[in-house]
Amino acid sequence: MKKEALISTKNLTKDYITGTVVTHALKGVDFEVHEGEFIAIMGHSGSGKSTLMHILGFLDVPTSGEYMFDGENTRKFDDDKLAEIRNKKVGFVFQAFNLLPRTTAVDNVRLPMIYAGIKEEEQIKRAEKALLDVGLGNRMKNKSNELSGGQQQRVAIARALINKPRIIFADEPTGNLDSASSREIMEIFDNLHKEGHTIIIVTHEDNIAAHAQRIVKMKDGLTFNGHS
Amino acid sequence: MNHWLTIKLAITGLLANKMRAFLTILGTIIGVSAIIVIVSVGNGAESLIVSQVESIGSNLVGVLPGGSDEDEPPAALMGIVITTLKYEDITALRDIPNVVEVAGYNREVGEVIYKNNKTETTLTGTFATYPVVEDTAVAEGRFFNDTEERGIAKVIVLGSKIKEDLFGSRSPIGESVKIQNVSFKVIGVMEERGSSGFSNNDTLVFIPVRTMHKLILGVNHLALARIKVNDDQNVDEVMASVENILRGRHGIDDPKDDDFTVVSQAQGLKTIQNITGSIKIMLTAIAFIALIVGGIGIMNVMYIAVTERTREIGLRKALGARRNDILSQFLIEAVSITGIGGAIGIIIGVLFSALVATTIQYLGYDWAFIVTEDSIIIASIVIAGVGIVFGYGPAKKAAGLPAIEALRYE
Repeated sequence: MKKEALISTKNLTKDYITGTVVTHALKGVDFEVHEGEFIAIMGHSGSGKSTLMHILGFLDVPTSGEYMFDGENTRKFDDDKLAEIRNKKVGFVFQAFNLLPRTTAVDNVRLPMIYAGIKEEEQIKRAEKALLDVGLGNRMKNKSNELSGGQQQRVAIARALINKPRIIFADEPTGNLDSASSREIMEIFDNLHKEGHTIIIVTHEDNIAAHAQRIVKMKDGLTFNGHS
Repeated sequence: MNHWLTIKLAITGLLANKMRAFLTILGTIIGVSAIIVIVSVGNGAESLIVSQVESIGSNLVGVLPGGSDEDEPPAALMGIVITTLKYEDITALRDIPNVVEVAGYNREVGEVIYKNNKTETTLTGTFATYPVVEDTAVAEGRFFNDTEERGIAKVIVLGSKIKEDLFGSRSPIGESVKIQNVSFKVIGVMEERGSSGFSNNDTLVFIPVRTMHKLILGVNHLALARIKVNDDQNVDEVMASVENILRGRHGIDDPKDDDFTVVSQAQGLKTIQNITGSIKIMLTAIAFIALIVGGIGIMNVMYIAVTERTREIGLRKALGARRNDILSQFLIEAVSITGIGGAIGIIIGVLFSALVATTIQYLGYDWAFIVTEDSIIIASIVIAGVGIVFGYGPAKKAAGLPAIEALRYE
């Protein structure tokens, strides 16, 4: 008997209304993610891959369909519950890094712990450990604008991991990086996967998708299972 | 949520745009320092006037020409000339029980000339009873007597400062000085009394009141009379008798028709405090308007900040910030901005008040430097209130932004 999925969706749809024009971004997605999987979602821009990731990551809500997360139906989640899940159960890595400007690496990594209500000493201890783990032991007090792109993305990964999430979402994490930095970042994701983390990465690059265990292709708001 | 980190972030954000930050808090600085200065100067002015009134003595009753309503200042204080109070009205008050003495006054600013020397003075026409009523005495020579007062004698008693200006260390007794081309014989010099409130008693000169009426002013009414009562406790009784006698002399039946006003020191103080109090309230209201305008400026800047930082808000939400976290973050920012402005405003206000007080003291007035804790506490509460009231709209807008839309915002 198969273990119950961490994420499972049934007939998930998302419509965007701009004026009188309705865009069907998702047209009924059935999708499952199991604990420890490393999945790449691929597709052209407009295929719905980002929309799917945002819904799965609780940044957006579906128009219709079922979304079960960790055994719970997400339909009944209110604003504060969604905030709590974003805080404790999921970690995000964005293409544009999204660090707070003029703020040190340590303070950036502390941010999710601040919202989790963790004690300050504990925050600093954990943030420093996390930065050490991503190889930024010598950059902790540097402000975000004093770091290179690759370093900023490593801070973002440390931040995503800090509250020990059940799943990590990465939206084109290497999109703004040169190839050397991209390799370093993907190495970190590989290691996280080996450690047992569940990872979903959105990309349109084959060599990035190649790191994943399973590739899900998207086209016109629907998913097609590919091969790894 | 760690508020200290929020405040730190707010200040970092402020410093990132120094000119904007300065202009934002300028309104708060001006409003707060204005409140502090106005309250301080108001208290100083009040203390000056009150000290003047108190220096008159609590056992003195004043009579002013012209009626007055309850709580309103007598017309004479407003510079209106009323001619109903006569010399004989006041001499008639001498026989009231418990009255020690009475004195009538007329004053005129003028110049007193001795040979080639001249000096500014306040010419005071009064009764021979002046030294008794005002608790003073001559240092040299004598004050004019009753006969001289009635007989329109051309005699003069000099204030100590006037004597020094005109005669130096020489004795002026028996010399002749001129006022408005009338020659007066100097018969005495008053002892030094120093200034009380606005007036310096040492720059006065004294001549018999009837001489003043006939030879200087060409009038026959008094501007003011003072009655010395033997004890504070008899003041009310004497005031009632004064009113009765004057009504009888002026043929008045209804107290509403009074053409004179009898005031005690206590009433005088009350009237002054009413006037200064309402002036202070008016000025403080103006300062509050400045604060509110400053608050609107802060609200405007906070709205701009919310728009500029939409992505940051989206990110914070993605990382688990609840609505209330964002709301309190922006409220704390607004209150930090007003708080910084308020602190600077309080410092500037206190320094400016001290400067005003020092300057006025230097000019020789009995001015107290008063900055009450109340005005600082009230200013602080108002600042925090302005921050919360004007920060709430932008903060609520920020808190209500949907996570993904905020994150996608370009």
